[in-house]
Amino acid sequence: MDNTQLEEFIKKLDQDIEINEGKQYLEVTLPADKIHSVASQLKEDEKTRFDYLFCLTGVDYGQDLGVVYHLRSTVHSHYIVLKVRTSDRENPHFDSVTDIWQTAEYHEREVYDLLGISFNNHPDLRRLFLDSSWGYPLRKDYVDDINIVTK
Amino acid sequence: MDDNEKNITADDHQEYVINMGPQHPSTHCVLRLVVSLKGEIVQNIKPHIGYVHRGIEKMCESITYPQIIHLTDRMDYLSAHINNEAVCLNVEKALEIDIPDRIKVIRTIMSELTRIQSHQLWWASFGMDLGGLTCFFYGLRDREKVLDIFEETCGGRMIVSYNCPGGLMYDIHPNFQKRVKEFIKYFRKTLPEYDQLLTGNIIFEERSKGVGQLSLEDAIAYGVTGPSGRASGFSCDVRKQEPYSAYDRVKFNEVLFTEGDTYHRYLARIEEMRESMDIIEQLIDNIPEGPYVVKMKPVIKLPEGEYYQRVETARGELGVYIISDGNKNPYRVKFRSPNFVNLSVLNKISQGFKIADLVAIGGSLDLVIPDIDR
Repeated sequence: MDNTQLEEFIKKLDQDIEINEGKQYLEVTLPADKIHSVASQLKEDEKTRFDYLFCLTGVDYGQDLGVVYHLRSTVHSHYIVLKVRTSDRENPHFDSVTDIWQTAEYHEREVYDLLGISFNNHPDLRRLFLDSSWGYPLRKDYVDDINIVTK
Repeated sequence: MDDNEKNITADDHQEYVINMGPQHPSTHCVLRLVVSLKGEIVQNIKPHIGYVHRGIEKMCESITYPQIIHLTDRMDYLSAHINNEAVCLNVEKALEIDIPDRIKVIRTIMSELTRIQSHQLWWASFGMDLGGLTCFFYGLRDREKVLDIFEETCGGRMIVSYNCPGGLMYDIHPNFQKRVKEFIKYFRKTLPEYDQLLTGNIIFEERSKGVGQLSLEDAIAYGVTGPSGRASGFSCDVRKQEPYSAYDRVKFNEVLFTEGDTYHRYLARIEEMRESMDIIEQLIDNIPEGPYVVKMKPVIKLPEGEYYQRVETARGELGVYIISDGNKNPYRVKFRSPNFVNLSVLNKISQGFKIADLVAIGGSLDLVIPDIDR
């Protein structure tokens, strides 16, 4: 499917979806609680078959925290980018997509470790690189006077 | 002695846990695996990583784009040139700069030389892990020749930093073409020795055939790319899917197998070295004339937006995801490193095999730990 067909297909899935024609890939912003249902439909449907999650990124947008999913279909060779955001900085959480793409397990642990975003129904959500005495270094409000040199 | 301990006999297979690493010789860096065993059989593996975590993604947020390139060398140090190229391609794509053909061709040749030397070192250490010490000498003997070419061209042997946004740091050395051709001629002769030493060796085959099978479905679900994924039949070569640099003008085969065991992950890499030599041979006599670098602004600022670049390193798909807010520093950089993702499948494919096979399986995934930790 090309981007216009994909756009039509996704519009049918849910009404609150915001679609943005990105520079490279089609970017879709979802409400935070819809990620699991939309993701599994995108994977299961014969027409889309997004079976390969090649990148999962946690981002601190300043006010919001978010997760970006880069997907590719090995059958149809098309791409899509899914985005979710939350304004809750104290206890941010999204649904895990580990049961849809197993590769998400490590990616989500990394996001949890570095940004403090937790994932519901994740099989083994522990810190990955750092131990529990650290804060969440990839957050923009992370302060570490000793190790981060600011100009 | 309590009741439980009294009843244990030699025939009982109670599950127990051993610690492998962080300084285990077969991991070649600091990777700690906590392995649950029943007898000799692996039940479960929990990797503990982060021993060489430097926070490269965080560091990138406070430095400029040309500086980021030098950090990417330190991720997958065996694919240093390809990592550099990924960042440069992404910056160039964001700024919509046309890159002259000369740069594209030189980058492609350097990338393929990088792939060859990486696979040579992998072959050397993989053979050594499985008890064939000779492999190590043979592999390093040949790898030196590539590193000498790197040294002459860019000054660095492993950490090359040869790319910069807009092209290359310097032009190629006058000897470059001659020496690369000499190397290809030499390596065409010595690559069959690799087959003689390991490929047909009965001990090696017994230890690798049918060990650690990875099915195509799992390869896609776990996102295992590179030769490890292609050995399972996962067509994931970024050079074919989204040709960058000069890959659209060369003919080469994507090495695919369907078995997905340790032996075929091994074969995939050996075959890739041949394909890499083919690519270099097609380009080495046709390096176009032209500038080796495009003049860039002294301060590089990317327009606001998101940019993603995929490249094929020696271990799989590297993704560089840059979110820019229009400043000279990126707002967020994410490196989708191939080793990090390939490690996640280790638990799945090692279950049910002996602990000695774990060394073979881990070696065949070709993990480079600094790329996992970043």
